[in-house]
Amino acid sequence: MSKSFFANAGRTLCVGAMMLLLAGCNMDILDPKGDIGAQEKTLLLTATGLMLLVVVPVIILTLWFAWKYRASNTKAKYDPKWSHSTAIEVVVWTIPCIIVGILAVLTWKSSHALDPYRPLQSEVKPIEIDVVSLDWKWLFIYPEYKIATVNEIQFPVDTPVNFRITSASVMNSFFIPRLGSQIYSMAGMETKLHLIAREAGTYAGISANYSGAGFSGMRFKAIASSQEDFEQWVRNAQASSSKMTPEAYQTLVSPSEHEPVAYYSGAEPTMFDGIIYQYMASAGMDTGICTPANTPKIALSE
Amino acid sequence: MFGKLTLDAIPYHEPIVMVTLAAVVILGAAMLGVVTYYGKWTYLWKEWLTTVDHKRIGIMYIIVALIMLLRGFADAIMMRTQLAIASSDSAGYLPPHHYDQIFTAHGVIMIFFMAMPFITGLMNIVVPLQIGARDVAYPFLNSLSFWLFGGGIVLIMISLFVGEFAATGWLAYPPLSGLDYSPSVGVDYYIWALQLSGLGTTLSGINFIVTILRMRAPGMTMMKMPVFTWTALVTNILIVAAFPVLTATLALLTADRYLGMHFFTNELGGNVMMYVNLIWIWGHPEVYILILPCFGAFSEIIATFSRKPLFGYKSMVYATAAIGVLSFLVWLHHFFTMGSGANVNAFFGIATMIISVPTGVKIFNWLFTMYRGRVEITTPVLWTLGFMITFVIGGMTGVLMAIPGVSFVLHNSLFLIAHFHNTIIGGVVFGCIAAMVYWFPKAFGFKLNERLGKYSFWCWFIGFFMAFMPLYILGFMGMTRRLNHYDNPAWQPYLIVAWVGAVIIALGIFFLLLQIFVSIRDRKKNVDFDGDPWGGRTLEWSIPSPPPFYNFAKVPQVSHLDQFWHDKETGVAYQRPARYEDIHMPRNTGAGVYIGVAGTVLGFALVWHIWWLAGLGLASMIGAFIARAYDRDVDYYVKADEVTRIENAHYESLKQAA
Repeated sequence: MSKSFFANAGRTLCVGAMMLLLAGCNMDILDPKGDIGAQEKTLLLTATGLMLLVVVPVIILTLWFAWKYRASNTKAKYDPKWSHSTAIEVVVWTIPCIIVGILAVLTWKSSHALDPYRPLQSEVKPIEIDVVSLDWKWLFIYPEYKIATVNEIQFPVDTPVNFRITSASVMNSFFIPRLGSQIYSMAGMETKLHLIAREAGTYAGISANYSGAGFSGMRFKAIASSQEDFEQWVRNAQASSSKMTPEAYQTLVSPSEHEPVAYYSGAEPTMFDGIIYQYMASAGMDTGICTPANTPKIALSE
Repeated sequence: MFGKLTLDAIPYHEPIVMVTLAAVVILGAAMLGVVTYYGKWTYLWKEWLTTVDHKRIGIMYIIVALIMLLRGFADAIMMRTQLAIASSDSAGYLPPHHYDQIFTAHGVIMIFFMAMPFITGLMNIVVPLQIGARDVAYPFLNSLSFWLFGGGIVLIMISLFVGEFAATGWLAYPPLSGLDYSPSVGVDYYIWALQLSGLGTTLSGINFIVTILRMRAPGMTMMKMPVFTWTALVTNILIVAAFPVLTATLALLTADRYLGMHFFTNELGGNVMMYVNLIWIWGHPEVYILILPCFGAFSEIIATFSRKPLFGYKSMVYATAAIGVLSFLVWLHHFFTMGSGANVNAFFGIATMIISVPTGVKIFNWLFTMYRGRVEITTPVLWTLGFMITFVIGGMTGVLMAIPGVSFVLHNSLFLIAHFHNTIIGGVVFGCIAAMVYWFPKAFGFKLNERLGKYSFWCWFIGFFMAFMPLYILGFMGMTRRLNHYDNPAWQPYLIVAWVGAVIIALGIFFLLLQIFVSIRDRKKNVDFDGDPWGGRTLEWSIPSPPPFYNFAKVPQVSHLDQFWHDKETGVAYQRPARYEDIHMPRNTGAGVYIGVAGTVLGFALVWHIWWLAGLGLASMIGAFIARAYDRDVDYYVKADEVTRIENAHYESLKQAA
């Protein structure tokens, strides 16, 4: 019986290894296109390697001990009383401690280096993009350019992008897997994310937190392009005949699925703050004090 | 009169649900018919439903757990089937509204109504026997716990056929679970099912803490307790510390939904982050509540079948206690992506990794228990070896995601799904089945079929890797959880492999049930005559299988760890006392059943806003409890003659077998 145990275990391991090899291509997380993603990939592989130092020997020892000390192998040493060894105890407590110690240092440093709130160091002036999750689409506002878009963003490569993120509905998570980190979007609150793309391309953007019936279709395109293409894209949106009016926003707020890409001109730069502060009024707060002086009409129309 | 409940609440238009309903009705009717035909109602009521015997309550828990495993697995295979086909232009066969309820139900059922009753059942059967006790500290409370928990199950099963279940994910984060976004009764079913069963679990936790602290056989100091009992103690401490948090969190959510409050929604200054923190302050200890008793079971199994004492018993105890304490310090690792500062994230990340130290020690201790042993590769040992191999992989991916920088790209991805199934299937499910096979002869007096058990193991083991390794890869490919449809055709092959894996697991479940069926059929061939089928080390093996209802005719004296092994070595095992004494035992009572039924009525009425019925249900619960409190006839003495007669009969049959 023991024989078939090892044969089968070996077979399973082979299948696993084959699947990993087959999966070499198109793994977004392992083929990042930006600095944050690249650092996270290195972190992931380093930590995995460190842990494999323990995990692989443990798996081998498990199989080896089970085989060597199987009941039918009467040649193996049998020590029916042996149940304590200070030396082994010290070793088995120490090895995990060392590995975890190294991982802890790695964790502390990387948590600070990769803090999503930390602005990226760069000579280039960052692009500001405000992100609002709605049922079930993404609204993006470019305050500098007074444009808004649905389910598509564009930004130049090698330029830091500063995202401010909120939700006008339930909780979602803003995530462009090829570029790295995700962060939650939550109503009434602002979260931040700083990313940069190093390669031009169109990357998938998703919500990574289930948000209801239309969640599966809640995708957007993140296009990293040349500066010229980006400027062309902005001019295009600025020329859009659709205006980001309170009515247009209200239409977007009502639930819809698989919303096509849309561009809006005339977006108020403070629209994002208005969406966040809309709850102040219902909380009985004095909105005059709590919100910026020019509280956008959009929020008040809610 | 009927609140929100109308005939429209029954989902006639959903063929899958209606077919299931028909099957449940037919099977249910068949079972009732069989019981009636054989005239077993009185037996069922007197001997099982109203029992306060911990062994029988334990068996009922495990039967329920196995039934709910089927329900939860049916949900799983429906999801896997949907995802194997719902690529690009194909919408699959499940509409989002149905699919979203299925993944919610799958999570809720597998954690609360499969894994929890399984470990509670095991603790019920084993703990009193291991510590030389005749029952738990509060036998009636034990029965009440079971029936409250049963009420939760009834509610969640009703939700399938009357109304709908929550479509929010198994932890029901607001605002999605709030009234604005989930106006139907689904979340209410969720709340009341969990409140009822959670109350049962909390009471059970108190019961076992007192049992273990107060009812150990004389001489059994804490450091002479069998290791399964130790893990049970820590688990129950975690239950008592963590479950009230769940109860309070759900109560606040109830206030939001029923009383127009806003604890967790933005209006009036509420905050969703509070819910997410609270639910995980319960949720993280919960996973250790599930895994610790399984660690205990593996420890017993590996020592017994290696024919050696457990290596590093003290290390094992300290590691268990350390895991228990640390489990309360890591909850934030479930949401590094919520925007906490780097210091906070790093703290919780490192705290999480520290848990892997005591866990790693346990793995090494099992290894060195086999070292220089005589390992018999029986079914429970196969499950244990399978666990050790599987669990270290799950542990590794867990520590990986404890690093905030890694979690930022893998959070909520299928990598996460693969990770926690890796630990829950590889740890909890393997552990529960291993423990069931190991202690089955003790509970029923005959062994389970080995061959079918091995088939079951191999199907589960291979099926697990086929079903979940592709999910790790899909996580790297950027696939997030809870999608019911996807546009990326590159994902489909992996999802099809995962589906095949799920089918192989289905075979594993089939063999598991077949194993039980065949073993019952052939029970005469596998009888456990002397109560010690494996060459056990602890007290439960010193008494007959199944044990007499009073467990120990004479309470044992303990002076060693592995007392029974020591007794066998020194030749004093099975020594009969000169004479037996009267034994004080609790009487069976229907009060637990009545309160459980009234609680179910209360929950159902609250779900549908049928206020008069809710009042009636609550009043009945309180009434039944008061009636029980005034019942003075709750115990009796088994006369020494009767004990002598039962014990003589046992030794007589032993002689004949020899």
